[in-house]
Amino acid sequence: MAMWPLIRLLPQKTNFTFVKFAAFAAFLSVAAIGVSLVSVFTGGLRENPIAVYQEAEGSPLARLGAIMEHGFNLGIDFRGGTSILIEAPSELDAEALRALAGRVQDGDVEVQNTTCRPDNAPPYCAILNFESTEQGSQTVEEIRAGLPAITEGARIINVDVVGAKVSEELFSGGLIALGLAILLMLIYIWFRFEWQFGLGAVLALFHDVILTLGVWSVFRFEFTLTIIAALLTIIGYSMNDTVVVFDRMRENLRKYKKMPLGDLVNLSLNETLSRTIITGCTALFALTGLLFLGGEALSGFAIAMIFGIVVGTYSSLYVAAPAVLIWGVKRGREGEARGSPQTAGS
Amino acid sequence: MLQVARWRIILVAIVTVLGIAFALPNFLPERMRDSMPGFLPNQAINLGLDLRGGSQLLLEVDVATLQRQQLDNVADQMASALRDAEPAIRYTGRGVVGDAARVRLVDATQMERARTVLRPLAQSSTGPGEIMTFNEGEDGLIEARLAPAHLRELSRQAAQQSIEVIRRRIDPTGTSEVTIVRQGDDRIVVQAPGVTDPEQLKERIGQTALMTFHLVREVSPEEASTGRLPPGTMAVGPYPEIGTSSEVVERRPRLTGEHLTRANPSTDPQTNEFVLSFQFDSEGTRIFCRITREYVDQRFAILLDNQVLTAPRINEPICGGSGQISGNFTAQSANELAVMLRAGALPAPLSVIEERTVGAGLGADAIQSGTTASLIAGAVTLVFMVLAYGLFGVIAVIALLVNGVLIVGAMSMIGAALTLPGIAGLILTIAMAVDANVLIYERMREEARAGRGPALAIDAGFNRAMITIFDANLTTILAALILFQFGAGPVRGFAWTLSIGVITSVFTAVMVTQIMIAWWFRATRPKQLPI
Repeated sequence: MAMWPLIRLLPQKTNFTFVKFAAFAAFLSVAAIGVSLVSVFTGGLRENPIAVYQEAEGSPLARLGAIMEHGFNLGIDFRGGTSILIEAPSELDAEALRALAGRVQDGDVEVQNTTCRPDNAPPYCAILNFESTEQGSQTVEEIRAGLPAITEGARIINVDVVGAKVSEELFSGGLIALGLAILLMLIYIWFRFEWQFGLGAVLALFHDVILTLGVWSVFRFEFTLTIIAALLTIIGYSMNDTVVVFDRMRENLRKYKKMPLGDLVNLSLNETLSRTIITGCTALFALTGLLFLGGEALSGFAIAMIFGIVVGTYSSLYVAAPAVLIWGVKRGREGEARGSPQTAGS
Repeated sequence: MLQVARWRIILVAIVTVLGIAFALPNFLPERMRDSMPGFLPNQAINLGLDLRGGSQLLLEVDVATLQRQQLDNVADQMASALRDAEPAIRYTGRGVVGDAARVRLVDATQMERARTVLRPLAQSSTGPGEIMTFNEGEDGLIEARLAPAHLRELSRQAAQQSIEVIRRRIDPTGTSEVTIVRQGDDRIVVQAPGVTDPEQLKERIGQTALMTFHLVREVSPEEASTGRLPPGTMAVGPYPEIGTSSEVVERRPRLTGEHLTRANPSTDPQTNEFVLSFQFDSEGTRIFCRITREYVDQRFAILLDNQVLTAPRINEPICGGSGQISGNFTAQSANELAVMLRAGALPAPLSVIEERTVGAGLGADAIQSGTTASLIAGAVTLVFMVLAYGLFGVIAVIALLVNGVLIVGAMSMIGAALTLPGIAGLILTIAMAVDANVLIYERMREEARAGRGPALAIDAGFNRAMITIFDANLTTILAALILFQFGAGPVRGFAWTLSIGVITSVFTAVMVTQIMIAWWFRATRPKQLPI
C-alpha cells in the first residue's frame, strides 16, 4: 500500500545532548523559582513583606498567610465579598457604578469594565466587587434597583457572595489539595520506581507549581478556584510526562547495564522526545482553542494550563531526569558514572 | 496479540453499544426523550448551575445559637433534677453563662449529693460516652458544658432535620429540580436551577414556620370558590401529604406553637393510627382551655406554614394541656412533623455563608463557546493525528470518536453535573486521549526501526507501552481524586470529566485501537508498518 505523506516532527532518531545543558537549565530554574517566591512574598514585587506582617493581626502563621494573600490578586472565591457581573447594551459608566455601590454599602468598591463576548461586540459588561457586608444580598437588590438609572437595559447576570469563613476555607483547602497531590505523587513514584525517582519527580512538581504561582503573582492575574483546578491538572500532566521518561530510564537501566548514567538519561530523553512533543503539541493546540474561543471565564484556566504544559514538559527533561543523575541510582555495579557528554548533533 | 481474544472484542462491542445508548438522549429533542420506552436510558447530561443558570446557597447551622438553646435545656434539667431529689437540694442562680449552664447550691455542703443526682444527665441516651461534663466551682457552683462531640452530633442532626424543613418550604410539591444536600457536618447546599433571584429562596427558607391554631369559619363551597370570604378570614390549603382538607379560617391565630413544650409521634390506642401528641406550657394550657370551652362544637384548624394539618371538631373543653393531632400520618411523617414542631421551625437558625447566582443567558453563552472550543480542539487533534501517523492515525481518530461517545454516555449515566470547568476538562481530555495512542505508535516505530517485522513491532508496541500508559494515567487519576475531595461545585465537575475521560481514553486507546489494528493486519498482511 502507498505510504502516507507523514509529517515527521523530528528526525527518525534524535541525539540531543540534554545533559550537557543541565547546569545552565538548573541555573535558569533556580533563578525563576527565586523570582516567583520573592514575588509571592512581596505582593507581586510591589510591597514590603515586613510592613504587611506588622499590619496583619493574629498568630505569626496567620500573618504569614496574610503576606501570601497579598502575593496574589485573589478572586472572590478566596478573598470573600460580593462580586456582581452586570450586562448592558451600551458601555457602562464605571464612575456611576462606583457611586451607586458606594451609596448602598460602606467599604471599598472595585469596578472593572470588561467584554462579555470574545469578539468585543455588545453587550458590554462590568464587574463590581466589594467586601460583602452582613446585608450582602440586600445590597445586591439595591444595586439591581439602581441600575436602570445608570444605563437603560442594564441587568445583573451573575452574583457571587462568599462569606469570610468560606473563602478562608477555600484558600487553605486549595493549598492543602496542592500539597496532598504532590505528596501522593511522591509516594506513588517511590512505590513504582526508586526513591531517587520519587524525589526527582517531586522536585519537578514543585518547580512547575511554584513557577505557575509566580506568573500569577507577578502579572496579578486573578487567582480563582479554577486556577487551583488548573494547578492540580498541571501536576497530573507534568507527572504523566515525567513518568514516561522515568519508565524509559528504568527500562534502559535494565537493558544497558554498563552505560554511564549520563548517557543513559540522554538516551532515554531522546527516545521519548517525539512522544513528548506530539502529546504536548496536541494539548497546546486544544488549549489555544480554549483560550480564544472559550470565553472570559475559561481564559484564566487556559493560560495556566498552557504555561503549565510548557513548564511541565521542560521540567521532565531538565529537572526530574537530571535530579536522578545527581543522586545516582543503584545498579548492578555502584553507579559512580557521571555523564560523559556525547557528541552533539542530530 | 494479533489474535485478539474474543472476550475483548465482545467487551468493546458491549461497552460501545452501551455508550451510544446512554449518549443518545443528549441528541434527541426533549419530547422524544420523554416518550421513549422506560427500559432505554433517557437521561441527558446534567448541566451544572453555572451552565444552566440558577442559584446556589450554602447554609450553615448557627452552632452558637444551637449550643445556647441546648444549654438552656441543660440548665432546666439540672434544676429539676435537684428539685426532684429526696429531700430537694436547694439552688439559686440557674442560668447560662458563656458556654456553660450553671446552678449554685444554696448549701455548698450538699455538693456530694448534687453530684450523684446530676450524674445521670451526662449519660448519652443513644450510645456510650458522656454528652456533657460538670465542673464544680467555689460556693456550690456547678457548671455543665456540652462535650464537643455531642455538640457536633447536635449540629449534624440539626442540619439533617433542616434539610427536610427546607425542602417542604421551597419545594412543597416535590416537582421542581431543587437539590438540597448536607455538606460536611453542619452545612447545607441548596441548588435551585432556573431561580435567578436568590432573595426569594432565602425568604422562603428563613420564614419561621410555627404551628398555629385558628378557628374555622364554616362557609359554603360557593362562597369559598368565588373568593369572597368574610372579613378577617383566609382560605388555606391542605399540608402536602398529611393534610386532608382546605378550610377557611380566621386570619388571626388563637394560639401559636410557641406554647408547645412537647410534640411526639404516637399511635391512637383506639384506631391504631399514627397521631401526633403534644403538650402546652402553662399559659398555652390556659388559653387552649378557654378556647375549647368557648367554642365547643365548632371546628378549629391546626396550621403549619399556613397549611392545614387537621381541622377537628371540639367535642369538649380540653384543659389538661395536652392533645393529639390526627391526620394522614405515617410513622415517618408523624416523626418528621414532631421534629419540626418541637423546634417550632428550623431546629437552629441557618446563616447564608455563600451565595452564587448565574443568569440563564450567561450559562447559554458558556455552553456555546465551550462547545465550539471542544469541537475545534477535537478537529485539530484529529487532523494532527492523521498527518502524523497516516492510517494508524485514522485508527486513533476512530478510537477518539468512540472515546467521545463513551465520555458523553458515562456523564449521562452517572448524572454528574457538567460545569464550565468540566468543559475545560473535556477539552483537555480530548487532547490527552491521544497520548496513549502516541505512546503505542512511537513504540511501534522504534521497534520497527530496530529491525523487527511488522507483527512483532505491533506486538511489542502494545506490550511495552502498556506499563507506561498505566503509570502515567494513574497519576492523573490521583490528581483528580484530590480534586474531588477538595473541590466545591464547579471544580468537582472538572474532576468528573477528567477522571471519566482518563478511564475511557485508556480503554479506547488500548482496546479499540488494538482490535482495529489486528483486523487491518490480518486483512492486508503488510511487509512494512505504515507509520
